[in-house]
Amino acid sequence: MQKAALSKGFIYLILILGSALMLLPFIWMVSTSLKSAGEVMRMPPVWIPSDLKWENYAIAWEMAPFARYTLNSLIVTILSTIGELLTTILAAYAFSRIHFYGRDIVFAVLLGTMMVPGEVLLIPNFVTLSNLGWIDQYEALIVPWLASIFSIFLLRQYFLGIPQELSYAAKMDGCSNFRFLWTIMVPLAKPALITIALLKAIGSWNAFLWPLIVTQSKEMRTLPVGLTSFSTEAGTVYELLMAASTMIILPMIILYLILQKYIIEGVSKAGIKG
Amino acid sequence: MKQKPTLQSTLKALLYLAPALIILGVFNIYPIIKSFLMSFYTDYDYFKDIVHEYGFDNFMFIFNDSEFWVAMKNTFIFVLGVVPMSILLSLGIAILLNSKIKFRGIFRSIYFLPFVTSVVAVSIVWRWIYHTDYGLFNYFLGLFGVDPIQWLTDPQWAMPALIIMSIWKGLGYNIIIFLAGLQNIDQQYYLAAQMDGARPWKRFLHMTVPMLSPTTFFVSIVAIINSFKVFDEIFALFNGKPGPAYSAQTIVYYIYEKFYNEWEFGIASAAAYILFIIIFIFTLVQLYIGKRRVTY
Repeated sequence: MQKAALSKGFIYLILILGSALMLLPFIWMVSTSLKSAGEVMRMPPVWIPSDLKWENYAIAWEMAPFARYTLNSLIVTILSTIGELLTTILAAYAFSRIHFYGRDIVFAVLLGTMMVPGEVLLIPNFVTLSNLGWIDQYEALIVPWLASIFSIFLLRQYFLGIPQELSYAAKMDGCSNFRFLWTIMVPLAKPALITIALLKAIGSWNAFLWPLIVTQSKEMRTLPVGLTSFSTEAGTVYELLMAASTMIILPMIILYLILQKYIIEGVSKAGIKG
Repeated sequence: MKQKPTLQSTLKALLYLAPALIILGVFNIYPIIKSFLMSFYTDYDYFKDIVHEYGFDNFMFIFNDSEFWVAMKNTFIFVLGVVPMSILLSLGIAILLNSKIKFRGIFRSIYFLPFVTSVVAVSIVWRWIYHTDYGLFNYFLGLFGVDPIQWLTDPQWAMPALIIMSIWKGLGYNIIIFLAGLQNIDQQYYLAAQMDGARPWKRFLHMTVPMLSPTTFFVSIVAIINSFKVFDEIFALFNGKPGPAYSAQTIVYYIYEKFYNEWEFGIASAAAYILFIIIFIFTLVQLYIGKRRVTY
């Protein structure tokens, strides 16, 4: 009995220590973001600033066009998430419910291409987009990301689990396939769709390499790209850098705290199916 | 009730598939073929899109480019530095989280937090943590009497700095996958073993480890593949440079430099295909061992 309590205490100790290490960078970030220039460079480090400098946030926000970056990130994230959901729902329906010529071959080819790392696509996609005149336009940031093989695969699996009898019954009642998909299958597949949407939104908000390559002007940058150029400009003014980092991380942390159940579940399910 | 494909159903399916297939065709499938061809362009006019000559020159260039081999070496060091440590830590934490304790959900959420945050923002925070004079890391080391380390400016320390941050960033994802794997193990086995008098350590070694091996394998392969593709972390941590004296130049960084800074599309494509081949081999190994191991 005593031994069990001891080992339980040990488990808590390790978990709390680990959590502290995980949280420390975030705490350090927020703490630094509220310090005065003098306090930033003080040793030993100050954890709670004597005077909370909220104006650091306003200064950082004004120093670079963060309003514009935020707007760009929002536009790109929202549109590519909605777009991907639409293409995914339609394609997953075809792959799970319609019997058509070449279905298995098309599906196998799509799955096969999932092995190719995105870096291989970088250069031809850049060339294609510059031929289309889309470099430094929203199109370049959104259109290539409007469909995902992985999401189609995930949703198809989910659709396959919805009993076929439901669609026969609906057909007897005179419901068209298209209406059946939107009024019955989509609501039933809500958990899968939430997973797809959340993973997409997180990925899109945090995407870096692609937006870095296809944006040139300041006006078109998304938040992560804007932050790297800001970090070059701000140099070693760490309180402003930390304020900017906090502003970028915060929306996703809030989204995460609200929807963590779905995100964690989604990742573990999607991960295992690979 | 098996339906047969008909011309009509095929047309209907095409209608449903068209949006996805157009996007995937243009931005996924075509580029796979195109960059394969590009890697053999030896004489190419980018502005007019005319290829004068095909050949193996790009691959020859890469194999003779010492910079490429440095990138390759760094990538392997990174993978070896991140993956085993991350697997061990996340497996340990997942097992602790799987025991009957309070606040499991809160712990789980905290460990997962770095995964949802922007790599770029987080790397800039770590840049401050690694600051030689005022950084948190050197301060803690100082408490143990360690002299300040120049994490980001000394070529010897740049890679360890990158590795430590990457382990921190990826731990949560691995923990979640391990937890899912642990929860899939049938509790009956444990009850049976407990009745047979197997001690916790024995149960862990002879039951958890073997039954979790498919998950462990999956996590390692995903971690290896992702580590091979490291880029954002380097760019942000070293402020747009591949580390001091190219000490953190990796394969993807090499591709980026050849493509974006030097406009050597052929060479960049060839390097990207080499990355693909490496990842392809790991995926095949995963499929092969996965098939043999899943049934225990």
